Amino acid sequence: MTLLAFLFNLLEPAFRLGQRLLGLKRLGWLFVAPNLLVIGVFCLVPIVINVLYATTGGVNLLPSQRTFTGLENFQILFECRDYSDISTCRKDVFWRAIFNTLQFSVIQVALMVFFALLTALVLNRKIIGRGFWRGVFFYPVLLSPVVVALIWKWLLQRNGVFNATLIAFDWQPIEWLTQARPAFFWTVFVSIWAHMGFYTLILLAGLQAIPRDLYEAAAMDRASPWRTLMRVTLPLLMPNLVVVLVLAAIRAIQIFDEVFVLTGGGPGSATTFIVQFIYQTGFAEQIHLYGLAAAASLALAAFLVLLTLAQLRLTRADEMGAKGR
Amino acid sequence: MSVMTFLLRTRGTRRLHWTDVLCYLYLSLGVVVMFAPVLWLVMSSLKSEAALAQFPPTFLPYTQKSIIVPGNDKPLPLFSVTTDDGQHKVMAQVSRIGIMATLVDPAAPETRVKVNINQREPINELNFAWNNFKDLFDKFTFGTYLWNSVFITVVATALTLLFNSMAAFALSKYQFKGQKTVFLLIIATLMIPPTIILVPVFLVINQVGLLNSLWGVILPAVATPTGVFLLRQYMLTIPDELLEAARMDHASEWRIYWRIVLPLSAPALAVLAIFSVMWRWNDFLLPLIVLSKNESFTLQLALNSFQGELNTQWHYLLAMTVITLLPITLVFAFLQRHITTGIASAGVK
Amino acid sequence: MSNNITLQQQILDQQVKLVATLELRSLQKTFDRTRVIHDASLTVEHGEFVVFVGPSGCGKSTLLRLIAGLDTLTGGSVLIDGQEVNAISAADRGCAMVFQSYALYPHMTVYANMAFGLENAKVPRADIDRKVNEAATMLRLDHLLQRRPTQLSGGQRQRVAIGRAIVRNPKIFLFDEPLSNLDAELRVSMRTELRDMHHRLGATMIYVTHDQVEAMTMADKIVVLREGRIEQIGTPEALYKRPCNMFVAGFIGSPRMNLIPASALASSVAMARVLPPNTEHVGVRPEHWSLCEPGQGVSITIRASEYLGAQRLIHAELPDHTRVELLINDDIELTPGSVNAIKAEALHIHAFDANGHRIEETVA
Repeated sequence: MTLLAFLFNLLEPAFRLGQRLLGLKRLGWLFVAPNLLVIGVFCLVPIVINVLYATTGGVNLLPSQRTFTGLENFQILFECRDYSDISTCRKDVFWRAIFNTLQFSVIQVALMVFFALLTALVLNRKIIGRGFWRGVFFYPVLLSPVVVALIWKWLLQRNGVFNATLIAFDWQPIEWLTQARPAFFWTVFVSIWAHMGFYTLILLAGLQAIPRDLYEAAAMDRASPWRTLMRVTLPLLMPNLVVVLVLAAIRAIQIFDEVFVLTGGGPGSATTFIVQFIYQTGFAEQIHLYGLAAAASLALAAFLVLLTLAQLRLTRADEMGAKGR
Repeated sequence: MSVMTFLLRTRGTRRLHWTDVLCYLYLSLGVVVMFAPVLWLVMSSLKSEAALAQFPPTFLPYTQKSIIVPGNDKPLPLFSVTTDDGQHKVMAQVSRIGIMATLVDPAAPETRVKVNINQREPINELNFAWNNFKDLFDKFTFGTYLWNSVFITVVATALTLLFNSMAAFALSKYQFKGQKTVFLLIIATLMIPPTIILVPVFLVINQVGLLNSLWGVILPAVATPTGVFLLRQYMLTIPDELLEAARMDHASEWRIYWRIVLPLSAPALAVLAIFSVMWRWNDFLLPLIVLSKNESFTLQLALNSFQGELNTQWHYLLAMTVITLLPITLVFAFLQRHITTGIASAGVK
Repeated sequence: MSNNITLQQQILDQQVKLVATLELRSLQKTFDRTRVIHDASLTVEHGEFVVFVGPSGCGKSTLLRLIAGLDTLTGGSVLIDGQEVNAISAADRGCAMVFQSYALYPHMTVYANMAFGLENAKVPRADIDRKVNEAATMLRLDHLLQRRPTQLSGGQRQRVAIGRAIVRNPKIFLFDEPLSNLDAELRVSMRTELRDMHHRLGATMIYVTHDQVEAMTMADKIVVLREGRIEQIGTPEALYKRPCNMFVAGFIGSPRMNLIPASALASSVAMARVLPPNTEHVGVRPEHWSLCEPGQGVSITIRASEYLGAQRLIHAELPDHTRVELLINDDIELTPGSVNAIKAEALHIHAFDANGHRIEETVA
C-alpha cells in the first residue's frame, strides 16, 4: 500500500502542472500519452519501418546502412519457374510454408470450431456441474505454448506412452513426430487441444443469449430436436459463429510457438509455417536476411488485413439483416 | 416409482434421456483428453532417470528396491526370482551378463545362483524423485530463469494496468479533440499482431539498447489494446456525476483518477490483471528474438533451449515444465470462474 | 370473409365433445422441495373461455405450463378429450401457446414464424400457404408477412404470436398473460379483439392474467388461484355476487370490497340484525353502500373524497375508526369531517366466519 501511495504522490505534481498548462479539456492527452507512446514506438512506427526493410537489401540491421533494392525482395520470394511445382521456386521454403499454413489453417479451423460448437451445445443443456466441465475444456488454453508442446512431445516420444500402448497391443511403434504426415497431424491435434476451450466459451455465451422461451415455442411448434437445432439455434448463433471462425483463422495463420517446440518445423519443412519462415529468415539462419523477412511479413500482413476486413463486413451485414430490410 | 426411474432420476426430476447419457460420456471423455496428458506429465516428472528409462512406462513412479549386502560396495537391486520348483524367492542381483544373471540370497550372501533373466522380476517401491526438482536449482541456473519470468510478469502487469487504465480514463471521461482518432489508432493495433513486425521491433529494441534486457520484453507488451478497450467499456458505466462532485471538492484530475475511478474499476482491473499475467508468463516469440543470453532467459525460453540440449535428460526437463505450469494452474484452480466469465463477456463484444 | 368461415368451420366441425375438452385431476407440482401447486382439479368444456387469475406467484402460469406439457407434473393427471396426456410431450398434446414475451423467432419473417409449426408437421406447402394467409387476414397481418419481428410494434408482434397459434388449429389455446406487455390503451382494444376472436373461432381458450378486470370482462368461467390452490371456480357473476371466501371477495371487483370486522357494525342495530350468527367479518362493496338517515344504518365520519367524474370515491371511518370506502353518485356533496349514515341491502352484505369462509345467508 505504501508503495502505491508513494507512486501516487510522485506523479501527482506532474499532473497538477499538466492540468494547469493544458487545461481540463486537453488533460486527456496527458493520460493517454504513455499508452500512445508505447503503441507508437513498438507498433505503429514498426509497420512503416517494415516497408523500409522490405525494400532494402544487405545484411545490416540499421536501415541507414542498407541499400535500396526496390521490389527485389518480393521478387525473390514470389518468383517461380513453374507455379505448379514448388521445387522450381527460388525460395521454395517460402512457398512450402505458405502451402503448409493454408492447409493447416483450413483443417484446424474447421475441426476446432466443429468440436467447440459440439461442446458448447452439450454444455448448454441442463447438466450438473456445468462450471466444472466448462473449466476442464478451458484449462489447456491457459498453458503456455511451450508447455503444451512439451507435454505432447513427451507423450509422442519413441519410448513414450502412446508407443507403449501400441506395443502392448502387439502393434508397431510409430515415429509420431519424425515422419511428415503424422507430424502434421499432431500439429493440428495439439493446437486444437490447446485452443478449443476458448472458442467453446464464446460459443456457449452466444448460445445462452438465446431466450429459453424460443425453445419452448419450438417445442409447442412440434419441432424435433434436430429441426430446432438447424432452424432456431444455429441461425441465431450465426453471428457468433462467424466471429469465432475468423478469429480462429487469424490465429491459425500465425501459428508458431507450439509447433516450433513440438517439431521445430520438421521433418524437413513438413511443418514449417509462415511465421517460422519469417523467424528463420530474419533471426535463425546464419545470415540474417532482414529484407526478405520483412517482405514475407508484409505479405502475411496483407492477408490478415483482408481477413479482418471480411469479418467486419460479415458482422455488419448480419446486423443490418437483423434490423432493416 | 420403479427402480429404474429412481436410478435414472436427475436433479431436474426428468428421467435421463439417452442423449443425456451421451452428453455425460462426451464430457467425461473430454476430461480425460484434457487432463490426462497433464497428469502424465506430472507423474513422469516425479520419476527418477532410471525409472523414466523403463519401458513400458508405469503410471506411478517406481524404483527398484535395493539392499546392502555385505561383500559389495554398492547396494544391489532386489528381484523376485521364480525357482524351478515354482517358488518365489527374494534375491539380490550381483551382476548380469547377457541373459544370465547372478543373484544371491541377502541372508546368505555366499551362495551365488545363476538364473535366466526371464525368471526374475524387479521388486519395485513407490519413490518420488523430488531430486528432479531440487537439482534444478542447484545444478542449473533455474532460479535465474524463474526470477526473470516472475519479474517480467509482475512488472509488465503493473505497467499494463497503469498505462491502460490511464488511457481508458482519458478515452471514457474526457472529450478532447482527436479523441476518436486516438481510440481508433489503439483499436487498429489489434490488427497488427507481433508476428508481422518482428524485424522492425527488433531494430527499435536494439536502438533503444534494450536487447538482452528484461525491459526489452516488458515495454513492447505493455500497451495492450484489449486492455484499453476492456477498461474503457467498464469506466463508461461510472457515473460522471462522481467526477463532477470531486471536481467541486477541488480534487485534482490525478487524484480523481487515482482515488475514485481506479478503485471503482477494480473488477475490470482484476480481469485484465489475470489476462496480463497469463500473456506475459506464456510469452515466447518476442523473448525469443530479444533475449539471446542464457542468464536473461525466461522459463519458456529455457524450456525451449533445454529440449534441444538436454534431449536425454528428460527428468529435469519434465520437472522444469511442471514448475512452469504450476502458477497458471493455481490461478486457474482458484479464479476459474472469473476468467471464464471475463472472457465470455469480452468475447461477445 | 369466406376465408374466415373456412377456418371457423374447420374448428367448429370438430364434433361437439361429450367429454370435457380439458380435465385436471388433483394436479400437484413441486419445484425443488417447494409445493407450488396443491391438488388442482377443474374441467373446461368445449368452446369455453376460462381465465386463471390470481396475485403473482399464485401458480397460474405454472398450471398453464403443466397443461401445455412444458413442465412435468409431480402428481395427478391432465386429460384432454378424455385421454390422459401426462406422458405425452408438449408437441403432441394438441395445444397452442401464446407466450407472455411472444417468443417469436427473431430471424424468421412473420410468414415463416407462422408456418414453422405446420412445416414441422409435414403439411403440404399449398395448405401451409392457405392457412397462414387466412390467419394473417383474420388478424390484419397480411401486409406484414415479409417483415421480421424486430420491425413490428408490440401489438403487431402479439398478433403474430396469436396467428402462430391459430394456424395450428389446436384443441386448446393457451394464453400466458398476453396483454401485460402492452400499454393500457392497446390492452383495452386487444381485450375486445380477443373476445371477438373467441366468438368467431368458437375454440376452447385458457387465459392467464393477474388483472381481475381482464378476467371479469373476458371469461366464461374464472378460476381464482392463491398460493397454488384453487380458491373458487365460477362465472364472473357468481364470483362477484357470491365469493366463497374473503380472499376471492377482496380480489374480485374494483374498487376493492370493504372487509370489516363484524364488531365494527355493532353500533347499527339495523345492520347487525341481518348478520347470521358466527359472523366474524362482513363484506360490502363500495358501490353497494347508500346514504341514509341516521339510525337506519351505521354512522360514518367522512375523511376524504375523490372525484371520479360520474361518481365519487369517499374514504370514511366507522365509529371504531375502521376505514370504509363508498362509491357514491356525484349529486351529493360530502365535506370531510362531517358525520353521515350509510346502509346496504341484505343482499349485498357478505358474511364470513372466523376462517374467512362465506356463511350462507339465512333469509332475514
